[in-house]
Amino acid sequence: MTADLTVPFPSGRAPAPPTVEAPRFYSTEEHHAENGTLLGFWLYLMSDCLVFACLFAAYGVLGRSYAAGPTGTDLFDLPLVAVNTSLLLLSSITYGFAVLEMQRKKTGPVLAWLAVTGLLGAGFIGLELFEFVHLIHEGAGPQRSAFLSSFFTLVGTHGLHVSFGIIWLVVLMVQVAQKGLIGENRRRLMCLSMFWHFLDVVWIGVFTFVYLMGSLK
Amino acid sequence: MTASDDLTKLIFGRLTWDAIPLHEPILLATFIGVALGGVAILGAITRFGLWGTLWRDWITSIDHKKIGIMYIILGLVMLLRGFSDAIMMRAQQAFAFGAEPGFLPPHHYDQIFTAHGVIMIFFVAMPLVTGLMNFVVPLQIGARDVSFPFLNNFSFWMTAFGAGLTMASLFVGEFARTGWLAYPPLSGIAFSPDVGVDYYIWSLQIAGVGTLLSGVNLIATIVKMRAPGMTLMKMPIFTWTALCTNVLIVAAFPVLTAVLAMLSLDRYVGTNFFTNDLGGNAMMYVNLIWIWGHPEVYILILPAFGIFSEVVSTFCGKKLFGYASMVYATVVITILSYLVWLHHFFTMGSGASVNSFFGITTMIISIPTGAKIFNWLFTMYRGRIRFELPMMWTIGFMITFVIGGMTGVLLAVPPADFVLHNSLFLIAHFHNVIIGGVLFGLLAGITYWFPKAFGYKLDPFWGKCSFWFWVIGFYFAFMPLYVLGLMGVTRRMSHFEDPSLQIWFVIAAFGAALIALGIACFIIQLVVSFIRRESLRDTTGDPWNGRTLEWSTASPPPAYNFAFTPLIRDNDAWHDMKANQYARPKEGFIPIHMPSNTWAGFVIAALSAVCGFALIWHMWLLAVVGFVAMVGATIVHTFNYKRDFYIPADEIVRIEGDRTRLLAAGLV
Amino acid sequence: MTLFKNLRAPWRSLCLFPMAWLAGCNTVVLNPSGDIAAQQGRLIVVSTVLMLLIIVPVIALTVFFAWRYRQSNKEATYEPDWDHSTALELVIWSAPLLIIIALGAVTWISTHTLDPYRALRRIDDTRPVPQGTKPLVVEVVALDWKWLFIYPEQGIATVNELAAPVDVPISFKITGSTVMNSFYIPALAGQIYAMPGMETKLHAVMNKPGEYEGFSANYSGAGFSDMRFKFHGLAKADFEKWVATAKASGSTLSREAYLQLEKPSEKEAARLYASVAPDLYSRILNRCVDASKMCMSQMMAIDAGGIGSVAAYSVAASGTSPTGQGTRSYVEALACTTDNPEGRPLASAAVPTAN
Repeated sequence: MTADLTVPFPSGRAPAPPTVEAPRFYSTEEHHAENGTLLGFWLYLMSDCLVFACLFAAYGVLGRSYAAGPTGTDLFDLPLVAVNTSLLLLSSITYGFAVLEMQRKKTGPVLAWLAVTGLLGAGFIGLELFEFVHLIHEGAGPQRSAFLSSFFTLVGTHGLHVSFGIIWLVVLMVQVAQKGLIGENRRRLMCLSMFWHFLDVVWIGVFTFVYLMGSLK
Repeated sequence: MTASDDLTKLIFGRLTWDAIPLHEPILLATFIGVALGGVAILGAITRFGLWGTLWRDWITSIDHKKIGIMYIILGLVMLLRGFSDAIMMRAQQAFAFGAEPGFLPPHHYDQIFTAHGVIMIFFVAMPLVTGLMNFVVPLQIGARDVSFPFLNNFSFWMTAFGAGLTMASLFVGEFARTGWLAYPPLSGIAFSPDVGVDYYIWSLQIAGVGTLLSGVNLIATIVKMRAPGMTLMKMPIFTWTALCTNVLIVAAFPVLTAVLAMLSLDRYVGTNFFTNDLGGNAMMYVNLIWIWGHPEVYILILPAFGIFSEVVSTFCGKKLFGYASMVYATVVITILSYLVWLHHFFTMGSGASVNSFFGITTMIISIPTGAKIFNWLFTMYRGRIRFELPMMWTIGFMITFVIGGMTGVLLAVPPADFVLHNSLFLIAHFHNVIIGGVLFGLLAGITYWFPKAFGYKLDPFWGKCSFWFWVIGFYFAFMPLYVLGLMGVTRRMSHFEDPSLQIWFVIAAFGAALIALGIACFIIQLVVSFIRRESLRDTTGDPWNGRTLEWSTASPPPAYNFAFTPLIRDNDAWHDMKANQYARPKEGFIPIHMPSNTWAGFVIAALSAVCGFALIWHMWLLAVVGFVAMVGATIVHTFNYKRDFYIPADEIVRIEGDRTRLLAAGLV
Repeated sequence: MTLFKNLRAPWRSLCLFPMAWLAGCNTVVLNPSGDIAAQQGRLIVVSTVLMLLIIVPVIALTVFFAWRYRQSNKEATYEPDWDHSTALELVIWSAPLLIIIALGAVTWISTHTLDPYRALRRIDDTRPVPQGTKPLVVEVVALDWKWLFIYPEQGIATVNELAAPVDVPISFKITGSTVMNSFYIPALAGQIYAMPGMETKLHAVMNKPGEYEGFSANYSGAGFSDMRFKFHGLAKADFEKWVATAKASGSTLSREAYLQLEKPSEKEAARLYASVAPDLYSRILNRCVDASKMCMSQMMAIDAGGIGSVAAYSVAASGTSPTGQGTRSYVEALACTTDNPEGRPLASAAVPTAN
């Protein structure tokens, strides 16, 4: 006779009479706690979101402090930003395809879609670097004004995250190629997926609040 | 500049031989002491052939118990450094009146008070709190370890190397001279061009990563790894406060990361976040740093509250009064702690309505805090109180902390703050709550859980000596500061003109001397307890008649904590088990799945310290190399998929059998 | 033995009580000579008394329970499972709540009444400010590591010495030159930060003649401990004499003299200036005492739209605006970089202004 575990057992109750088997306080089977990787990564990602929130806040405070220098209207090349944005958004879609293929256990297609994602991401970074170099060349570097400091930092931090994401993606491609779609690799792919889509969401914030609103006359 | 000059610059940056303070007698003496002590320790380790054990069993350990102990050792060692700073400050302020300049010119004094604050908060209080949570929480929830054992190891080493970087500033270069929060423009490149603020930034960024990841780890652990049957409202109260603390960590430390990053960009790249010209806004720094800073002090105090709850309940032999109310109070405090930050700078000119709002929210936070005090009081009511050391610390806390809380609510009234802000009254207030609350709680917790960690109790006599020196010393050291604040004396002064103030500073110095004796007694207590450990031995695993799960294990617990996963029915799970014929399992053991040790945490953290040091000294080549090596080591680590092993069943049979024999011997 | 130990506790906390004794210790915060500071000091006392209503019973109960329910006292009731009482919880939460409501009301009212930006309505607790009183305007600049006071209406300036007539409202306008300081005269009123590029305000009145301490209450660097000045509360006639002394001193605080004064120095002796450059304070506030720097007010006007006349600076036009919406001129100013921390003008080709 095992005691009903769903009934709360008030402590201090008189001990059970000797004929009844004492309640079991431990499980004799192997007990594995739930895997916390996705929760843990999500928590880390939310903390990263807070870092971006602070950078957005800084941009909010400083974003109109041009120090009599160039403004967003003067500097932002919206067509270029549009191309950049499409590259990044597309890369999120291709990553989604990779995850779908992962669920179908197709290693080859997974690697292919990951490669496309990586290339799109690299294109994004390349264009962004081009934009930064051009701005600095024009004298609109991060030292020119608080607006430019906060612009470069916010956009640059996002770019840094994407760059690390690409490095991670390449490493993960090697690991998937080596070991296949084992449980550990699938968890890692899900984590990178969260990371990649998160950066996409941040970028939507960036091009709305920084580029589009910053270009308004 | 010749080519070899360029090469020197590339490799050594702005590091020159001048950075070593050979002409500063205090620093030279400290260095000699540290060097001799270091050689002695390293020599002893070599002499007794302990390097292998050190590496295998401690440095690479992912066992939450070992990591917890290492955190506490780190915190206690840094306490000695932080307290030396305090003694020097008290000595300087007791003597430096009128023509007497004291023995610390401003250049040194200003580093000392900055280092004192940084070390006490980041490298004493945080590690001690994190260490206790790390050690206790998995045991309390019936788990074998935390959710991410490797990350746990990495977090510890990041904290330790952050502390190491701050300590390095003693002997190579100098530390910041800005106060512990380094407000710009003073901390900007224009007014602090030297390495001090850079040491500050990189020490905190490195340690901050460790703390943040530790926060993620413990939240995931508490959410995912509780033993079956332990619902949230059946968790021990210390685990609840640990959960709220780690939520605060995850939600606050990113702000510190971001704001220090912006400050470092101002210093390294010439951006204008916080400069005076070209659009910078120093007030934004003040806001952001305190948006982190206020939750930080709740990160320190909530675990202490958890410790007191466990201690009061155990040593009064009674269920904690108002468990649900305590949980709600903790959660309310957690949320409200984000709505009060402006009370740290009422005097920055925000306007009456903004100031009133934050003043009122600050007062509101005192309501759940007060509710907790009452709940402890009513746990004592109709209990059977045993005045073991942890309970003594708790009584000391209840009296001391409420005074500090009162002065805090007083400071929350903006017009009152206008005359007391940055005065010694403020210093007295926060030391009142941090020493009376956090430190007393940590000492209670260390004394309470020491037998669990090491299998023997701490010597009560030396513990009581330490207690009385600490408590009496605290009052002598800080009550005069309340008076001085009311006399209009401001903080961070290295010398004074008004002789009527001196008597108060002398009393405060006397109090500091008493606290020094308290710390000395604590160290003696550790040594004497080790020597006398056989007579202080606890074989039962439950020396205090505890109520929570950790007391069901052996002291110290085996690596796997529990041979079988516990099944929970009620709060105070162990008390429930003892009252209901719990029979310890003696057979049927199965192999247990455990995580393996790792080199990666130590190595990556060490590389980050190298990178930090290089950035401080503008050694760009080394910085890049260090950073690339960090990334490389991380990638190499991720290729290691074999990070676990099984403890074979007969090993467990042996360990549990040993315990059975120990328990039987104890009963004879 | 346990009894003895526990009796020591209330004795310790009673040390805080003797407010009367404190008055003898020159606790200027509780006993100041300026009306605003006096109201703030009273607020401290009122708030403390309100909170002692909770604190004293808590400490007393702690000591009492610790003594009564000690293990050796077998007569006390022992109820190990009593852990809940709704009635008690209600009291526990509502008693502090009531105190906080009271304190909150006090806070809201006093914060608005004692707002440093609010012009004075009263000279002291018996006299309102008479109709048509013109406050004395003093402009305060926190320098490294001394205080500059400019009296715009009298046309004089002083370093490390402040004077004001008794019972006349003073209107301070405060700024800084380099880092954050805090302008504080405990006997007069509460403190307020002095920050470069920003202006804060303080309204106060001194009710008793005398010499009072003034200093910075926010750490600002090496000379911080000596950043002190004397504030003289003077009768009307004495104040006029003091102003005359300043006017007789002969020296002028020109823009060049100010730039010299701005350089870091410690332990400055008090100094008087007979005349002040006409718009010196406004230039200090806008960070353009140095003629090569653009005034912040100009900068902000340009940022808001419209370049105005900025011919003195190198101006560039964004010739190929990416949005194709016509060119706009902006100032190719020299950013303060780590190589050029003072932001000296670049010698680059200037493009003529275009609108």
